[in-house]
Amino acid sequence: MEESQISAKSLTLEEAIANLRQTQDPDLRYYAAWWLGRFQVKQPEVVDLLISALADEDNRSPDGGYPLRRNAARALGKLSDLRAVPALLDCLQCDDYYVRGAAIESLGELGDDRTIDPLLRLLAGGVDAATMMPGKPHLVQPYDLLIEALGSLGATDAASEIEPFLQHFAEKVQYAAARSLYQLTGKAQYGEILVQALDGPDLQLRRAALMDIGAVGYMPGAEAIANTLAENSLKLISLKGLLENHLAKADSQHLSDEAIYAMDLMDSLL
Amino acid sequence: MTATLPQLLEKLDQAATADQVRFAVEDIAAVKDVESVPILIRVLGYNNPGAAVAAVDGLIQIGEPAVLSLIELLDGYNYGARAWALRALSGIGDPRGMDLVVKASLEDFALSVRRAAARGVGTLHWEQFPPEAIAPAQQRAIETLIKVCDDPEWVVRYAAVTGLERVAAQLNTALQSKSILAEIKTLLEKLVADDEALAVQGRARLALMRISD
Repeated sequence: MEESQISAKSLTLEEAIANLRQTQDPDLRYYAAWWLGRFQVKQPEVVDLLISALADEDNRSPDGGYPLRRNAARALGKLSDLRAVPALLDCLQCDDYYVRGAAIESLGELGDDRTIDPLLRLLAGGVDAATMMPGKPHLVQPYDLLIEALGSLGATDAASEIEPFLQHFAEKVQYAAARSLYQLTGKAQYGEILVQALDGPDLQLRRAALMDIGAVGYMPGAEAIANTLAENSLKLISLKGLLENHLAKADSQHLSDEAIYAMDLMDSLL
Repeated sequence: MTATLPQLLEKLDQAATADQVRFAVEDIAAVKDVESVPILIRVLGYNNPGAAVAAVDGLIQIGEPAVLSLIELLDGYNYGARAWALRALSGIGDPRGMDLVVKASLEDFALSVRRAAARGVGTLHWEQFPPEAIAPAQQRAIETLIKVCDDPEWVVRYAAVTGLERVAAQLNTALQSKSILAEIKTLLEKLVADDEALAVQGRARLALMRISD
């Protein structure tokens, strides 16, 4: 898998904002919403336009989804403007699964702990309710994203509700629960579940586990990351996560043995 | 009994799944036989990252006898194979590969290639250069890596830092001006202070520690 090479220069900032503002061409709006999030354009004007795009009715996919809303919701997660929170919470009721998923992810990124309760309500019914959506290739809610967002938001009280999802039938959901529980409790047993996933037979799941371990900074997983059968690019990103989590907590003048070990592993993957 | 190279090549021919191909290539690479260079190079063009990793390892182990074939391949058209070949060439560190790794570290459009090339610029085997060429080549490597430290991608800058650390450790300070070392340290201190990626800051700090020891 090679990095995607987007040509950032194909739009100017003014064009992107104008494209998002106009309503004649839904495809231009769709692309502009993605672009403004990708390049983290944090101007209040952009945030306002993206918030209004969350109510768009024109850009519809064949399955009845709202592609522009998905992109706008995703972009708002990257702009760190809490004014987006109420509109993103409204998206949790949208009947497009992917709009809900994007909004959940962004709420997790925005880090406003007042969103914990509304997110937690989507877990109602627990694992038993977390079944496949009839006629669709996905669950009734994006449980993996939901559980991850609760972990990022530090929803410590939710740990007992998340714990049963370690037994969910979908591996993606199990790993999300392990990741989140590690963030919430700091207990190694949850980190180890992710480390074991690095040894699984499915490349997609190994990649996901690499990203998870990096995101939560489970340092004891460093060596297992380096040995995973996956692209060096992803292993480097994962180890970067461990290292940066560690450095952010540590005394900045001193490099610990763990940090040096992580860097030695990274050097070997370059 | 250990399998011979022809037996292993036969096994590769018959491999039907990506995993079987990877295992066969791992076995071939483990033999470290110069005769296997063409097949290992061909594997770089398969769309099989596991097998390519094994082939790169094998080529690096074989070293010098693989260099010319790799340089030839780098002129070729297969983009994916070029990236892997560059990684092998970087790993071998042969002086004949210097022009290619220098250029790729600065200009290649894929960050994974710039990353491997930056590492490769730092891990060239200086002792294999003619004695009078070592100092100018090291100077060129350092100038290259200092530029690479401006790359927009953190991992490329990280690789450049590791490269600078390596070159700095191998400078012959009796022949070379101490000002080169001072220049490297100043750059690393700047990265420690204000690189946007914490990982690059940390790696630059480690490089400074190691250079000063």
